[in-house]
This record gives sequence, structure tokens and C-alpha cells, in this order.
Amino acid sequence: MKPSVSRLSLWLLLTPFLLWIILLVLLPHLQMLRVSFQVRESWDTIAWGVEQYQNFFTESYYWRTFVRTGVMSLFTTFLTLIIAFPIAWYIARLARGRSKGILFLACLIPFWASELVRTYGWMILLRESGLFSSWLQALGWVDGPVEMLYNDVAVIIGLVYNGLLFMVVPLVTTLDGMDENLVEAGYDLGGGHGTVLREIVVPWAMPGIVSGCIVVFMLTLGSYLTPVLMGGKDSAWFTEQIFTQFITRFNWEQGAALGVLLLVLSSVIVWLGLKISGQSLRKVMG
Amino acid sequence: MIRSVPRSRLFDSLYLAYLVAFFVYLALPLLVTAVFAFNDAPFPSLPWQGFTLDWYFADGSEGRIGLFHDDGLLTALWVSAKIAFWVTLVSVTLGCVNAVLFERVQFRGKEFLYLLMLLPLVIPGVILGVSILVFYSGMANDISAAWGIELDLFRPGMTLVVMGQVTFIATLSTLVIAARLRKFDPQLEEAALNLGATPLVAWFTVTLPWLLPSIFGAAAMAFLMSFENFNTTVMLTGSDTPLTVALFNRLREGSTPVLNAVALLLMVGSALLALLVMGRSSR
Repeated sequence: MKPSVSRLSLWLLLTPFLLWIILLVLLPHLQMLRVSFQVRESWDTIAWGVEQYQNFFTESYYWRTFVRTGVMSLFTTFLTLIIAFPIAWYIARLARGRSKGILFLACLIPFWASELVRTYGWMILLRESGLFSSWLQALGWVDGPVEMLYNDVAVIIGLVYNGLLFMVVPLVTTLDGMDENLVEAGYDLGGGHGTVLREIVVPWAMPGIVSGCIVVFMLTLGSYLTPVLMGGKDSAWFTEQIFTQFITRFNWEQGAALGVLLLVLSSVIVWLGLKISGQSLRKVMG
Repeated sequence: MIRSVPRSRLFDSLYLAYLVAFFVYLALPLLVTAVFAFNDAPFPSLPWQGFTLDWYFADGSEGRIGLFHDDGLLTALWVSAKIAFWVTLVSVTLGCVNAVLFERVQFRGKEFLYLLMLLPLVIPGVILGVSILVFYSGMANDISAAWGIELDLFRPGMTLVVMGQVTFIATLSTLVIAARLRKFDPQLEEAALNLGATPLVAWFTVTLPWLLPSIFGAAAMAFLMSFENFNTTVMLTGSDTPLTVALFNRLREGSTPVLNAVALLLMVGSALLALLVMGRSSR
């Protein structure tokens, strides 16, 4: 190994990194935090205050949407994990040879299409004039067109669909490295399916589970397209409110405050997830 | 449930049914989107009216405008391509430099900087966009108010979109390239140095060729992610809307098979790009 590089080359390597992190991540976020504490008194005077945060707590519409978004994101993450685990298990442990590669690839294919295209596909299927409605009518199970879009179930179907890849890939990666002797030993020692799953498989897969859950949760919490296009009138999503404040109402101070709150929510939940599972961000992400 | 543990027949067939249902769930939305790009009807819904290529080639003479005659969509496509080009260039370059920094250099505070590098992955995309909008567009407003200098560069538009997307795509390309560099045997580079190469020559003739597959992979990923990004882009876009935002606006007005045509084109395009990269890396 080279003992150490010269100071000059260290700084040459460090400069692009620092420029990127400082100019694109740190400064913008600090500024967002600052703006969220500014109160506009008249068109050119600004005072410091917590008015925007007060608005959030006093207007039930804001915090209800906030709680709803958080709870639905957690539920979506959990559902994605439950749906993806058997698939990942099959690909990692049961499939053999070529079929293994093909199945894994098949999981990736939908994600070469953008979120917009995926959501659009679900809209064609679920809406009143959509395919499911037509098929049900053709089968004679229903009399008239059925609207399956614009409700919470539709939103969750879409969100789970968007998250699956990010759950399947880390799960397959960790399960692939598992020693089958451990599982056999578990059965030999008299464990049932449930015990083996709980005591051996899940602890082994924990890094994959946590990393999948973090990514899916982040994506869901920050998603905009799926809830807006597939949700009904009452199913507001928190990102939608941020968007409204910034783009429609041009109220940057309120928008910044909502943005800070969303960031705090996601950081707290990611941090809790890491703490509870005993993982570190570096191990899970890097 | 491993291969060596016996399973009941019922369990096996249930598992198989679940697998089939899962892959149908994955494929169905994309399949219908693709199929309805060719339906000879003004709306993408049943009944099937016959096959047509109108939604690609119609020139508007019969009331239908196909994708290749739709100036709005074509312009948006071009804007997206330009943005994706710059994002790819910047994030892959950053990714290379960062990979060397984190894999080959020892310095104090490295662990902390590595965590900072991962940070953009745990910030929702909307927030990345909003913070950059607040900082740069706000700065442009303040400077304009104070000195009357117009910094149009920092108004919502292509530059800001590129900056917003680079924020998180650079992290991803760093991870891809660093993973490859970790597997590199430093002795190869030392051999080159012992044989009289300067560090720069050794880097370009030994290390860089080793990294090339990951660089291509990172570039393809960056291009696709930029092209398909919506959450960050929508906050930063100006009058020159990229394709995803333009499609979103069309979709809110109502859907036509032209949208299916664009969607299919996007799917085929990204599949080709992905296959190309996988073909390269497997060789």
C-alpha cells in the first residue's frame, strides 16, 4: 500500500466532494431551516418566529395529513416486506440454475419504466372505464362499471408496487449468503417452521430487511405521483401540501416549515429503525 | 424451507401459485400500458378496436396527433435528454473521484464524510428539490432586489434541475464505482509504478480500465434515474419542462393513447440501455 498521499492530492480529491456536499446538500438544507423560521410581516420586512410551525399544529388539515402519510408509509413498508420475503426466499434458496437469474431479472424489469408509467398502468387497470371493471362486467359479476381508483387501497397497491424492487434486491442479497446448515440444524434441534424463521432466518436477513425497509419507507414517504394520481379527494399526501405551498400559493416560509417537518419525521423513523434492529447506516446502505 | 427439508405437496403448489400471482402483479400494469398504445380508439380502455400505429405516426390530418408529430412531447423529450446527459457526466465524474477518495486514501474524519456522502439517500426527493429551490432561487431573488443583477441561472430551470438530480445520483454512482474499486488489487498498480509508470499513467492504464464496467454501469443508471425522476424535478423545473413533468401535466388533463405510446417508448429505451450495459459487463 502507498503510505499516504500528499496533501495536495488529498485536497484535489476532497474538493469536488466538499463542493457537492456543501453546495447541494448542507447549505440548501440549512437555508430551508432558516426560511422556515422567518415570518413575513410586510412585503419587505421579516421577523423571526415559529408562526409556520404553529400553523401546522393548529390547522388540523396539516397534521392530520402528516400523521396519515406517516402511518400509511409504515403500513406500505410492512406490506412490501411481507409480500417480497417469500419471493426473495424462493429466488435465493429454492430456485436453481438459470431460473434463478431469470426470476431475479423479472423482478427488475418493471423498474426500467418510470414511476409515472407504472402509475399510469395501474390507472388504466383500476379506473371506472378500466380493464378490471370491464372484465368483471364481462364475467357478469357486476352490473355496471366499478370505480376502483381514487381510494386508499388503490394508493397502497401502487405504492407497494413501486417499492417492491428495493425490497427484493437487498433481501435476495443477504439470503443468498446464508448457510443452509444453520437452517437444517434448526430443524434437527426440533424447531418448527415458525421457530426456525424467527430464530435463524430473520436475524440473518436483518441487514437486508432493514436496508429494504429504509429505502421503501423513504420512497413512499416522499412519493408524490402515486398518491396524487391514484388517491381520492380525501387522500392527501404530505408532499402534496409542500408542493401546494411552494408552487401554487408561493408561500415559501410555510412550505419550508412543512419540508423540515417531513425531513424530521423521516430521519426519526430511519434512526429508530436502525436503533431497534441494531444496525448502522454504513452497514445497511454503504 | 430449504431444498433439503421435505415439503408437502400442498405447500409447494400454494407457493407456486403465489409466485405466479406475484409476477402477474408485476407485469400486468406495464403490459396493458404497452398494448393500449396500439388500440385504434381515442381512449386507452376496452373494447379493443383494432391495431393501429396512429398514436406514433398520425400527423393530425384526421384529428389524431401521434407522438412523432407532437411538438410538445418531442421538445420535452429533448429537454430530458439534455438534463440526463449533464447529470450523467457530473455524477459519474464525482463518483470516480469520491470512490478513489474513500477507497484509497486515509485521512482524518473519513468515517464522518462517508456518512455525509450517504445522506442524500435518506432525504426524500421532494425535500432535495425544495431546499435547492429555496437556497438558489431565493439567492437570485435577494441579489436581484439588492443590486438589480439578474442571476437567471439560479431561477427554476434546467440548471437547477441538473443540480437537484446530481445531489442524490452522485451518491449512487459513488457506491457503484467504489464497490468495484474495492475489489481491485493495489499490487497491480504498484507493479506499474515499479515498472516506471508515473502515478497518473498507472491510473489511466491500469486502474481506470479495471473500473470501466462499473463506470458504464453507473452512467447508464444515472441516465435512467435522471430521465425518470419526477419528485425532485417537479420542484425545480421552469418553462422548459422535461418529459416526466410534461406527461404528468397531460395525464391530469385526461389520458390518450399517445401517453401509452410515450410510455412504451420509454420502457423499450430503458430496457435496451439496461441490456446493453448488462451485455457489456457480463463479457
